[in-house]
Amino acid sequence: MKKIFASTEALVDRPTHYCPGCTHGVIHRIVAESIEELGLRERTVGIAPVGCAVLAYEYFNCDMFEASHGRAPAVATGAKRSRPDLILFTYQGDGDLASIGMGEIIHAANRGEKITVIFVNNAVYGMTGGQMAPTTMPGQYTTTSPYGRDVKDVGYPVRMAEIVATLTTPGFVARVSLHNPKETIRAKEIIKRAFAYQAAGTCFTFVECLSTCPTNWGLSPREAEKWLEEKMVPYYPLGVKKRPEDFQEEQHGAS
Amino acid sequence: MAKVLMKGNEAIGEAAIRAGCVHFFGYPITPQSEVPEYLSKRLPEVGGKYVQAESEVAASNMIYGSAGVGIRVLTTSSSPGISLMAEGLSYIAACSLPVVVVNIMRAGPGLGGILPAQGDYLQAVKGTGHGDFQLVVLAPASVQEAVNLVILAFELAEKYLTPVMVIGDGMIGQMMEPVEFPIEGVGPPLDPGDWALNGARGRDKRIINSLHLDPEYCNKINMDLKAKYDRIKKNEQRWELYNCEKPYDLLVCAFGMMSRICKTAIDELAQAGYRVGLFRPISVWPFPYATCKQAMQKAKRVLVLEMNMGQMVEDIQLAGQGTREIDFFGTAGGKVFSPDESKEKMLYSLKQAGAGKSRAGVSQPSSKSEGKPKKKKAAKTAGPAKKRKAR
Repeated sequence: MKKIFASTEALVDRPTHYCPGCTHGVIHRIVAESIEELGLRERTVGIAPVGCAVLAYEYFNCDMFEASHGRAPAVATGAKRSRPDLILFTYQGDGDLASIGMGEIIHAANRGEKITVIFVNNAVYGMTGGQMAPTTMPGQYTTTSPYGRDVKDVGYPVRMAEIVATLTTPGFVARVSLHNPKETIRAKEIIKRAFAYQAAGTCFTFVECLSTCPTNWGLSPREAEKWLEEKMVPYYPLGVKKRPEDFQEEQHGAS
Repeated sequence: MAKVLMKGNEAIGEAAIRAGCVHFFGYPITPQSEVPEYLSKRLPEVGGKYVQAESEVAASNMIYGSAGVGIRVLTTSSSPGISLMAEGLSYIAACSLPVVVVNIMRAGPGLGGILPAQGDYLQAVKGTGHGDFQLVVLAPASVQEAVNLVILAFELAEKYLTPVMVIGDGMIGQMMEPVEFPIEGVGPPLDPGDWALNGARGRDKRIINSLHLDPEYCNKINMDLKAKYDRIKKNEQRWELYNCEKPYDLLVCAFGMMSRICKTAIDELAQAGYRVGLFRPISVWPFPYATCKQAMQKAKRVLVLEMNMGQMVEDIQLAGQGTREIDFFGTAGGKVFSPDESKEKMLYSLKQAGAGKSRAGVSQPSSKSEGKPKKKKAAKTAGPAKKRKAR
């Protein structure tokens, strides 16, 4: 019989702690498959964030760091600059990357660190119990926006992929979504492409993954997918935002 | 090897290279900025990597990443920047990674000033960051000693897999002195052993992590760290006793540059017939309590002089266990005691102790040259168990 589906060697064969219907597990899977298919597992070092994915170091079957909140791109910088032969990826949520780690991600991107950032945006702080994140949708109820996110008070959700894509330094920046199988297949292609760019030493790579959080959204898994598609995708447009092939050197030198 | 005239900050950078450290992640801040300036030029010459971090927070996490993949790494900063590095240092200590951090201390608190101070003593030796961890802390009193202690810092960091800090006040960083490097060229790279994250090729994956949700296991991690710190306390105490071979009435305790100013004052007082000894901790953690106590008990009274508001006094009190009266004078904000001011404080304490000039007349300081203590070699440096000289 022909084997058409198997577990990936880049994930440890064990259950995760993620809630039912959460798309972290799917993102883990497609990141791991990308690493395995590109033959990178034995020289990959991953960096887990603080947040729901803090235990990612237990799940990926490669060398793993656990970083402090928001600093994974700095840890990755230290590791990659010291051992350029290694493949470095960070796996960060929206509280981690878009709030406390805003400085680290922007500067790692701007230096053009040859790393891959997997940014999981589910519009909420998950691990701490559903507080408002910089990515929380306007009007969205969370435990710290009990009247709904008031954009007059706290501003609009941060579009990280677009912000990172504005930098002059070449990079590969994209946003994908996990709300249905078609988009999940597309997400896998994009993530694999990001790792391939890194393996070739091309550029900084950043993939924002729109993800569900049924538990903290107070929705069933099915409703959560629908909410992601209807509420988040229009505000967070999918697609490739920046490609290294499009880079045109600017002539603004001072020397 | 010939001596070269170098600014302290540059000598610290060169010392790291000689120790085999060719990776630096840091951020500019006065009065340590010459370290990143020097290394940004030198490291490419020796095949190393200089990265200017976006902040000290990031720098402390970059050295975490660098050490974690098995690379010898340095960062340097000054007081406000060290506060920002507290985050990374707690993680690095928790994960038992070897890094060296240099703090060229400036006046505080807050933004303080850019002139020399010793106000980060307690931060360095008692409470650098959250949780139960400890830095090994070395305090040089000259540019040459800064070079030697940076090299020693890497040895200790790698021997015990722990972060080591060298604290010098702004003067150590800014002044130029002749230095000799005990190592030629660039030292060999760090042996990453069985802990570095260098790719799970033909072995199980490794994890560098400080999250331990099981209280039993987290307790064990803390107990293991304590056992390591106990070993360091036992093996790595370093100090200097100056003018302590002969009887003395007053023991002065000072560290870093302040100790050097005290030596000038002590020499001048010796000329005038006063008997004053000096105890200088070189490892301010582990603090040489037993030696300090012995030295205190030979004196009638003890005087602590610091360029802060009395941070080391607590350790001197712990050492003395209430057996001697302790006077303290401190200065801060970038104001440094002159030898004359130091002498005044010593005369005050001598008077309190009821100690006058030696009846035998003028007693000579223990070293031969006069007036220029920085050129003296008389200072007897006692080491830990091995009687190792402070290198």
